[in-house]
Amino acid sequence: MDWKAFTLSLELAAWTMAVLLPAGIALARFLAWRRFRGKPLLEGLLALPLVLPPTVLGYYLLVGLGAASPVGQAFQSAFGRSLVFSFEGLLVASVIFNLPFAIQPMQRAFEAIPQDVRDAAACCGLSRWQSLVRIELPLAWPGILSGMVMTFAHTLGEFGVVLMVGGSIPGETRTIAIAIYDSVQSFDNASAGAMSAVLLALSLVAMAVVFATGTRRADRRG
Amino acid sequence: MAEPGSEGLAVRLAQDGPIALDVDLACATGEVLALVGPSGGGKSTVLRCIAGVIRAKSGRIAVDGEAWFDSAAGLCLAPRRRSAGFVFQNYALFPHMSAQANVEAAMGHLPAAARPARARELLDRVNLKGLESRRPAELSGGQQQRVAVARALARDPRVLLLDEPFSAVDRSTRQILYRELATLRRDLAMPVLLVTHDLDEAAMLADRMCILHRGRTLQAGPPHALMTRPANALVARLVDLRNVFRGRVAAHDAAAGVTWIEGLGHRLECAHAPRFPAGGALTWAIPASHVILHRRDRPSRGERENPVRGVIRDFLVLGESVSTVIGVESTAERLHITFPLHVARRNGLEAGAEVVVSLLRDGIHLMPD
Repeated sequence: MDWKAFTLSLELAAWTMAVLLPAGIALARFLAWRRFRGKPLLEGLLALPLVLPPTVLGYYLLVGLGAASPVGQAFQSAFGRSLVFSFEGLLVASVIFNLPFAIQPMQRAFEAIPQDVRDAAACCGLSRWQSLVRIELPLAWPGILSGMVMTFAHTLGEFGVVLMVGGSIPGETRTIAIAIYDSVQSFDNASAGAMSAVLLALSLVAMAVVFATGTRRADRRG
Repeated sequence: MAEPGSEGLAVRLAQDGPIALDVDLACATGEVLALVGPSGGGKSTVLRCIAGVIRAKSGRIAVDGEAWFDSAAGLCLAPRRRSAGFVFQNYALFPHMSAQANVEAAMGHLPAAARPARARELLDRVNLKGLESRRPAELSGGQQQRVAVARALARDPRVLLLDEPFSAVDRSTRQILYRELATLRRDLAMPVLLVTHDLDEAAMLADRMCILHRGRTLQAGPPHALMTRPANALVARLVDLRNVFRGRVAAHDAAAGVTWIEGLGHRLECAHAPRFPAGGALTWAIPASHVILHRRDRPSRGERENPVRGVIRDFLVLGESVSTVIGVESTAERLHITFPLHVARRNGLEAGAEVVVSLLRDGIHLMPD
């Protein structure tokens, strides 16, 4: 059991959630209520990680964040090291490949809040911020929670993109999914089995949480 | 009711789309104005513009002379600065909050310590004492409507806006809520705008009503006046006046106070109306309440006025009343009249029966063609 890889995965998941919680809420809310030209294109773009092979996504991220790219160069000159094959690069990739997992449940949750309820909040004298905190977030929280749980589980399990963008640097980019692969490659079936069992259990709990919040929401609305 | 001046609510709105509006209405403090018209006519849109949740292209909305919206001045206050109480059609209660919390949510203008007592007082006023801690899903439709009313009043609003507040409850609950609103409004020192598509509801609850059709305000006035004296044929149709006919002014007799018109193949006597030139075409209407059936057994009051003979073409029993269509003798015109069932029975009314009715002259209402 590679505990270093396990903690690194948890760390990556925590940071990804920290970025995607506010960003996801803002994007999901925007997509739920605004109508504009090109909206299907934007929604499609955000959903791409669901269907693209991880290697394709990883390839573009590698090119887009690499030393030859503007982003990579900016990072290099600011911090004196490369963005790809670093934890920070992995975090950027992780945020991107988790976008649909975080946003879609949140967007559905915001869409389920009737326009009249939001208008009623305004008519009750609530400011936009008060309306968000007191009305919208409490009503949308099951969706927000599912988005976060999905992000967590998916970050732990992502393999292809991580391998492409991060490689397998112990303590820096070697996540638990990579560690499992390396164990199998070196015929260490015992630790591969143990780590797989941990991932399996975590993912199962995460999905159960997602379904449990969905059921509770259905109960309340019914 | 006082004529609304700078006191109360004054609304002028105009836009071509997405929902066309051409609205001019006023509602005095303490007055209930019903905004009536077919579905999709823009009634809810007008309320939403007043509340500020949507913005019309141009116009002006002012309460007691203070502008909330003035397109010419580039002014459009946010909803929370407008102090309008809004009761939504499906109430739009906050589902995750108790009735008490729903009402308190609208009390941002009060110190936090004063809110619980004031919210209880309002819920008590709408007969919800004891149900303060229930969530909307645990309340009946009528109870939810009362929470919505209490929440709308919680802001101490300067205008109360009611968007079809009775449409989502059953009939018996509706009757109770009518009485409650009629009682409540006596203490409301603010303009109250009631949107409804139900003419009876408007007639029962409103001091005046305003007809809105395809976003245009056509006519405003006391409900009875609108229903018996519509401004034109379109309003007549919208207030459900069935007996509307084309005609021609035959002659005026100022001395006798009479105008004669030609209609239904007869020469009909009407109240003197010199604004319609002799010989000119016009539209005229008569409310069913001013059509008198000549009884077979004895003369009826008013039967000398404008007698018209015809044959019952359609005879439809609807519960305790009978809806009839009378084909007027030697014309293609038809009169629609509803009689109580016992009157129909006593007078031997049935399909094919010959009848004579009188069109009371005071009921005949002349309109421009």
